[in-house]
Amino acid sequence: MLRKTALNAVHRALGAKMVDFGGWDMPVEYPAGGLLAEHKAVRSAVGLFDVSHMGDIQLASRHPPGAALAAVQHVAMNDASRLAIGQAQYSAMLYPEGTFVDDMIVHRLAEDDFLLVINAGTRSKDILWVQASVQQFDCVVNDQSDAYTQLAIQGPRAVDVIEKLADRGVRALKSYWFVRGTFCGLKDVLMARTGYTGEDGFEIYVPSDPKTSQEVWEAVLEAGREFEIRPCGLGARNTLRLEASLPLYGHEISETINVWEAGLDRFCKIDKGGFIGRDALVRAKRGGLMRTLVGLEMVDRGIARDGYRCFDEGGQEIGRVTSGSPSPTLEKNIALAYVPPLLAAVGTTLYVEIRSQKYRARVIPTPFYRRAGRKEPQPVEAS
Amino acid sequence: MAYPWNYRYTKDHEWIEVEDGLGTIGLTDYAQGQLGDIVFVELPKSGDWLEAGKPLGTVESVKAANEIYAPVSGEVVEINSALQDAPEKINADPHGDGWLVKVRLKNPAEMNDLMDAPAYETYVTGPGREESAR
Repeated sequence: MLRKTALNAVHRALGAKMVDFGGWDMPVEYPAGGLLAEHKAVRSAVGLFDVSHMGDIQLASRHPPGAALAAVQHVAMNDASRLAIGQAQYSAMLYPEGTFVDDMIVHRLAEDDFLLVINAGTRSKDILWVQASVQQFDCVVNDQSDAYTQLAIQGPRAVDVIEKLADRGVRALKSYWFVRGTFCGLKDVLMARTGYTGEDGFEIYVPSDPKTSQEVWEAVLEAGREFEIRPCGLGARNTLRLEASLPLYGHEISETINVWEAGLDRFCKIDKGGFIGRDALVRAKRGGLMRTLVGLEMVDRGIARDGYRCFDEGGQEIGRVTSGSPSPTLEKNIALAYVPPLLAAVGTTLYVEIRSQKYRARVIPTPFYRRAGRKEPQPVEAS
Repeated sequence: MAYPWNYRYTKDHEWIEVEDGLGTIGLTDYAQGQLGDIVFVELPKSGDWLEAGKPLGTVESVKAANEIYAPVSGEVVEINSALQDAPEKINADPHGDGWLVKVRLKNPAEMNDLMDAPAYETYVTGPGREESAR
């Protein structure tokens, strides 16, 4: 039985093409323009995504201070003690082997109150994992996943749309910070300057009853009309995140891939103290990398897709593509793949097997796309 | 979009129009709608042989690669080379300019296994439509 977000009827009324995504009945694209138009709207203007399938875990201390922070520090690889109240960070929970349970965004709601935003497909696994992992800490783990309708408003004009609907100044809000304020007349709404598209944007958490959800959806579209806002589906969400080289669980990160292989070193704070997966990562670093994630552009005419095999010039199989697609912004075919470090240098020629034939590809720097004026991109939560 | 009455259709959403033993093959409007923006097409070469029900090529949208199946057996005599640089013609005009290949039919009786336009229309609008989608 497919699960539905509170906006399911809205998507269907818009004629969206629906797809089973991690057990959820989600829009992949809308007939008004389709994936390419949606992708371009986010790069040049603004797009609206229903991402309510994402999960939300709240961790709060029973007896402050300190237990919730200690619990988050134990299950997450990034250093949550560095977060101010109102700040968020990209992080991940790891198995003892240093591989991924899931990636997530950790929000510090209060001194001892955290919200972890996690992936749809891993929701139940994540919640059980957190509950089991933080038993020794005196805090409460609440699954808030069904409490929120989560909307992502993404693109250079997103801030203009949010500004029209929020009572708080959002223009000055920095990337990876959030505020709580009135949004569309609803009190105490979490508005975070986060996203999964490589553009500026916001993620908004409103109550999940269908009536409120639909009213907010309509209000955002109405407020965005002057900027030519478009509803966007998971198809554009995937091409946008791939251009920005943001990892997707089950593709670039999984229970068999470790943090170093995935290249997420800067979100893993080995020196912050003990956390699950740390010891294995220390050992793995000493042992050296067996494979590493690289960006590819296809030189020959062909599109690399998830799971396709990669070969070196001698015909030896060396790895696999984890995500691949035409890039609407760059107008070339791009892919992410795991290959041995010796073949990871920019400029290296590799071959991708597409329908039993080998097509030439070249290792290029990632992210494939970086928005103007942005120094360093932040990987954020996977869809 | 109407499905031309003189074409025949497969359950995999290809069409074929036959005149004097020469068949023109394409993807249906329903197929292009399900695929979304088409960005790449891989077709056989002139002189290749097709076998009914076997893959004749590949069509790729932004999202995924999908096989195209031959509605009939025969020899490829022409391919629509314009699709190499403009695969979006399949989206714009699936039953016309977006044609894929022309074949010399080996066994015209195979046409009897295909659906006519009313049957195909029922097939794509009737119950179970989503399961049959690519």
